[in-house]
Amino acid sequence: MHSVSVKNLTLKFGAAEVLKNLNLDVSEGEFIVLLGPSGCGKSTLLNCLAGLLELSEGQIWIKGKNVTWAEPSERGIGMVFQSYALYPQMTVRGNMSFGLKIAGMAKDEIEKRVQRASEILQIGPLLDRKPGALSGGQRQRVAIGRALVREVDVFLFDEPLSNLDAKLRSELRVELKRLHNRLKNTMIYVTHDQIEALTLADRIAIMRGGIIQQLDEPHTIYNRPTNLFVAGFIGSPAMNFIKGATVNGGKTFQFGDVALDLAGYEGGAILDRSKVILGLRPEHLSIVEQAIPGQSIPAVVEIDEPMGADSLVWLEVEGKQMSVRVPFEHRPQAGAKVHLKVDIAKASLFDETNEQRI
Amino acid sequence: MANSPLLDGPSGARPQKFITWQRFVVYGCLIGCALFFLFPLYIMIITSLKNIDEIRAGNIFVPTMHPTLDAWFKAWDSACTGLYCEGIKVGFWNSIKITVPSTIVSILVASLTGYSLANWPFKFSEGFFSVLLLSSFIPYIVMVYPLVIITRYMGIFSTLPAVVLVHTIFGLPLLTLLFRNYFASLPGELFKAARVDGAGYWQIFFLVFAPMSMPIFTVAVILQVTGIWNDFLFGVIYAGPTNYPMTVQLNNIVNSATGGKAYNVDMAATILTGLVPLAIYFISGKYFVRGIAAGAVKG
Amino acid sequence: MDRPNPLFRNLWSKIAALPMMLIVLVVFVGGTAWTVLFSFTNIKIVPIFTPREWVNGFIGLANYQRLFNTDRWMNCPGLTHIGRSDWEPTCMGALPNVVTYVILAVVLSMSLGFVLAVLMDQKIRAEGLFRTIYLYPFALSFIVTGHVWAWIMSPEYGLQASVRAMGWTSFDFGWIADRHMVMYAIAVAGIWQGTGLVMALMLAGLRGIDEDIWKAARVDGIPAWRTYLQIVLPMMKPVLVTTFVIVCSGAVRIYDLVVALTDGGPGISSDVPTRYVYTNFSANLGQSLSASTVMLVTMAVLLIPWIRMEFGKKSQG
Repeated sequence: MHSVSVKNLTLKFGAAEVLKNLNLDVSEGEFIVLLGPSGCGKSTLLNCLAGLLELSEGQIWIKGKNVTWAEPSERGIGMVFQSYALYPQMTVRGNMSFGLKIAGMAKDEIEKRVQRASEILQIGPLLDRKPGALSGGQRQRVAIGRALVREVDVFLFDEPLSNLDAKLRSELRVELKRLHNRLKNTMIYVTHDQIEALTLADRIAIMRGGIIQQLDEPHTIYNRPTNLFVAGFIGSPAMNFIKGATVNGGKTFQFGDVALDLAGYEGGAILDRSKVILGLRPEHLSIVEQAIPGQSIPAVVEIDEPMGADSLVWLEVEGKQMSVRVPFEHRPQAGAKVHLKVDIAKASLFDETNEQRI
Repeated sequence: MANSPLLDGPSGARPQKFITWQRFVVYGCLIGCALFFLFPLYIMIITSLKNIDEIRAGNIFVPTMHPTLDAWFKAWDSACTGLYCEGIKVGFWNSIKITVPSTIVSILVASLTGYSLANWPFKFSEGFFSVLLLSSFIPYIVMVYPLVIITRYMGIFSTLPAVVLVHTIFGLPLLTLLFRNYFASLPGELFKAARVDGAGYWQIFFLVFAPMSMPIFTVAVILQVTGIWNDFLFGVIYAGPTNYPMTVQLNNIVNSATGGKAYNVDMAATILTGLVPLAIYFISGKYFVRGIAAGAVKG
Repeated sequence: MDRPNPLFRNLWSKIAALPMMLIVLVVFVGGTAWTVLFSFTNIKIVPIFTPREWVNGFIGLANYQRLFNTDRWMNCPGLTHIGRSDWEPTCMGALPNVVTYVILAVVLSMSLGFVLAVLMDQKIRAEGLFRTIYLYPFALSFIVTGHVWAWIMSPEYGLQASVRAMGWTSFDFGWIADRHMVMYAIAVAGIWQGTGLVMALMLAGLRGIDEDIWKAARVDGIPAWRTYLQIVLPMMKPVLVTTFVIVCSGAVRIYDLVVALTDGGPGISSDVPTRYVYTNFSANLGQSLSASTVMLVTMAVLLIPWIRMEFGKKSQG
């Protein structure tokens, strides 16, 4: 039995289809991250799951129950929001117990749950304060606590860390992971931050235009992007793309005067295609002095951007720009003529016409 | 003091003139305008403290040497409005009887309407709201006769309920706009969080939104109390002679000249009529400005 | 589980909004339509009017013909003499009076309000005090304003008499007794009451402008007055349009102020449409309804800039 199941979900705002015939199955205890650029429908999907938006077609199942028409509070979910959405006039305790009171739960049971949640989140000393007196990190803990006291199986997170500064964000990220390890709840987490996605997720769903482009484990998404969009979206600095053609029965990638040997490429049948895009991540290239026939590309160094441990080197290749990540101390001089060694096993080939991975 | 060669020319803070001619003009204009705005208030007060002979003989600018509150007592207690000579106090109590229920009913209706529009939209709700907004520009007089017919038909014409109803109707566009924009400006996630917590329409309104909306309710109360208190037309048409509000009584007192105009009594009655909204204005200050700006700053 | 009936979705919301929907339909739309429709009939006072009575009483534009032939509504003795030496662009009556008043109120209160707002924006001391002084008249009833100014402008004992008594014997401020000047007298009182509001709206508009505009203008060496006129004023267009609409809609429906200040006098020379409509309700309902409709049309024309702005906003975004 899946914990959460989305079946053929379509959502229309007027004539615009925001979510298009979407399917998603989430296993019990899984941490799923919905990732994509703004407007891709990730938050909309989460709101549909929560019952805050009426869907146009399709079904939503949670814990084996069809909850398509159920009220948000009847779905067995807890939700955490980007702006924390704490009730400003209530204390922390009031915030956490509000939903339980509305549900008519006995007082001592409410108190027990609040105590338990505040222990897990270490917010015990804050219980009688109002949200206005808390820091951003504390507020988000309380917001998580409000979801926790519901003691439900599914947690929905809508960009919960986006309003925090960088340092706090990485702290809470680790804490969320710890929380998930401890509670083993199903978590569905929306973010536009790929670092959060890569670090937290069991599986990532990359979305664009109301469609899930790829649903896979983080390292698969990173190393085997299923199409050009996913390849360009994931990874910072971004993947280098080279337009060319495959010749020689799909054994060689040709662009300009350069020919690269495709032996060792991990993918489908390459064949001869006239329009192909080769994707190379900056860390899968290395700078060498001497050309290696079939495995390197001649380039001229333009500038480098030191990034601490590494340096991102920008080079000109056949009139186009490419970036390579090298250790800081190995960065070349500007203007130097070098060669880029290609690790073809880690490269991605895309058919330019349908943008799909070969 | 020896000049260091490195510090030749301007150095340090630029010397400030005590007052520049621009500043002089700015303050001159501001004070001049302030005098224009204060002038009638001054005239009202000094006139009300004079006796009638001083007014006939004296200069309008000059304050009296022998101030007396006689005109005030007369205006409050015994000035004549046509047939009766019971002073403006009758109108004062009538205005309270009109203002209190009108304010409560209109704010209740408008706050719920604004909440519905902002957070629980339904088919055509935006359409209704657009028509409501446009309606606020229709001159009232266009709807006055239809409302006479409606209130007659309801059997409440010339009674307090009629004037309460009319104030509720004509207060609705601006107040709904005020509340709708306020509720729409609250974080949408707060509303979502309350829904996930299982709160429904009334619970969200009374337990979540209302407690955090005191500023906007204050603005609405100020807006309605001053607006309704200052109304003349609806009072004279719908309230009926026994319920005439203070503004109507004031007008009757001033116009029922028996044996020459008693300007001192008229001015005392005028001040008394303006006292309630003025008090609200001076006490509430910022909220008042927010209220009147609310109509202009649309969301 | 059945799909919930969409009619009952958000049921409480619909119930709570029901009074608003009824008011919009019955009073705002229904009442306005009723006034417009029955302005084409010869009905007299009856408790309720039905479609049958509308058909039977239909007289076309006769009410409007009569209205515009009534001197109290509009009377332009010199205007028809086009090409003659006694041609005069002057009109009297309720409609020309309100046009005069609207123009005076818009031009004077908006320019004075803008100047005051700019002065208030000069980082002055005691800003709160000045604002309180400029704005307090707005808290008063038009009836109060009218009676105060009636006393100040009273020719016998008021400002005119006092200034003359102090030695300036040719001082003339007897406007409310002068049929040619009386609308200006009303405008003075109206501006006294309403300019504070205009100032407050414009000041809010000025404060809403990006501070960096001022820094950029200063770096570019543009003098402050040019920045206000050529950069800030155009940026304030939405505020200006809104203020214009607010001032207009208030000025078109002017009634209480006239009642308190002149009661339409001297004679009928300061009559205004709302007063015309109100005083004709009992004796001459057809005149009331047609005059109301003319007011409605006037207001609709004045609203065009606002509607265009709102509509333009939607089509852009």
